[in-house]
Amino acid sequence: MRARSNKPIFWSLFGAGGMLAALVGPVLVLITGILVPAGLVLSRDTMGYDRVLAFARNGFGKAALLVVVALFLFHGCHRMYHCLHDLGIHMTPGRKAVFHGAAAAGSLVCAGLLVALGWGR
Amino acid sequence: MNVRTYVRPTTGWWRRNPWYRAYMLREASSLFVTLYALVLLAGIACLVQGRAAYDGWRAALASPWSIAFHVVALGFFLCHAWSWFAVMPKTMPFVTVGGRRLADRAIVAAGAAAAVGASLLVFVVVWATQP
Amino acid sequence: MQTTRTIAIECMRYNPETDVAPRFQSYDVPFTDDMSVLQGLQYIKDHLDGSLTFRWSCRMAICGSCGGMLNGIPSLTCQSFLRDYHPGGVRVEPLEHFPIVRDLVIDQSDFLAKLESVTPWLVPREPQPPAGEPNRQTPAQMDAYYQYSQCINCLLCYAACPQYALTPAFTGPAALALLHRYNADSRDGGRAQRMEIVNAEEGVWSCTLVGYCSEVCPKGVDPARAINQNKINSTKDYFAHLLMPRGKGGG
Repeated sequence: MRARSNKPIFWSLFGAGGMLAALVGPVLVLITGILVPAGLVLSRDTMGYDRVLAFARNGFGKAALLVVVALFLFHGCHRMYHCLHDLGIHMTPGRKAVFHGAAAAGSLVCAGLLVALGWGR
Repeated sequence: MNVRTYVRPTTGWWRRNPWYRAYMLREASSLFVTLYALVLLAGIACLVQGRAAYDGWRAALASPWSIAFHVVALGFFLCHAWSWFAVMPKTMPFVTVGGRRLADRAIVAAGAAAAVGASLLVFVVVWATQP
Repeated sequence: MQTTRTIAIECMRYNPETDVAPRFQSYDVPFTDDMSVLQGLQYIKDHLDGSLTFRWSCRMAICGSCGGMLNGIPSLTCQSFLRDYHPGGVRVEPLEHFPIVRDLVIDQSDFLAKLESVTPWLVPREPQPPAGEPNRQTPAQMDAYYQYSQCINCLLCYAACPQYALTPAFTGPAALALLHRYNADSRDGGRAQRMEIVNAEEGVWSCTLVGYCSEVCPKGVDPARAINQNKINSTKDYFAHLLMPRGKGGG
């Protein structure tokens, strides 16, 4: 009897993250990493402290931030792990745990931080 | 088999064929997806620490290194998005519409359209609500 | 009147009795525009070097015997033409990712074992008497599995697949495409017994959708699709098993 692989769990997270990254990844990078910091098309204050704090304290904002960070991390870590395997680096269960563990840890830290920000305006 | 067969080494397999190189580029995009998520996470951490820390994060984002990183990241994100929708038909069962099988081209086009639509939506919302 | 030109065909040579490692030997072959690479190899064997060893049979891309690497690309030698490699020449090597037995001949016993492992036959849904009703199938039902039934076991997809190279236990494109061919056949009731292979690490989960297998397939089988569709089935099966364990085999 062959052992059932546990890949479905990680693949589902990888797939969800990949879909999100494909749909809104480029526009998010464009806005948060290029346009707003450089003040092109959008004002620099679009990401000002008060506005972003209000967004992050809002329920919808929290969900959006957590979903983006967590799913991007799970997608990225799962694929990077496969990339190393493709380069011929032997991926032991321990090394596999490092990658998925890091994604989980990052997601937990993100959740913790968002909770610490509190709720309301 | 009692013949001394010869097994060829597989090292450097991905350098031997343009298809493989394109595949590895697509896979490499994952590094930038991860790094971008960490940039956002750093921003949230700075937000929790208060105005001064957060403004420090914003200042770092405005630096030439950060802008350059994000330009490269944007390239990889576009590579990811394009390759994601290009292979999407392979992950789905056949879809029949009105008795005819839906062509792969149509699925890829629908995915790309969804991405353009979602991106426009995000951009318009951010642009319309800017201070 | 066809003009005759000359092309250099460089063949990998390996004699297990005398060689430690493979080497290359180049032959100048006169050719006309209608000649396949296979005919070029046959010319070498008939006129230049009778010791050159290679597999072939039907000469028309249906038997699956003549697969090889032509300038690094998995190809059927009977379906590739010398005119397309002129004037640069063509380097002919045995299919990648398989042990070389001699010259251009590889050991495909690993593939044959994997083929047997996927229950590659129709498992009847109910026991049927020999004189019973014939199975009926609508064109739409046949369409659901038809392309996957076109596999000629030529192994170009295994030569194309880097995951087969990196993980030799991987069941591989053709075997998994055949597995899907039976699962998708409305007459078949054997899905449950094939799930063990599907769900294993060496089943669909070794595939990273490089997609080169479907690109090189001479018959349009599209093994990449067969495998990756079953990732969804395997995931559903995984969570069903998690929520409602039913012992061996599951749903």
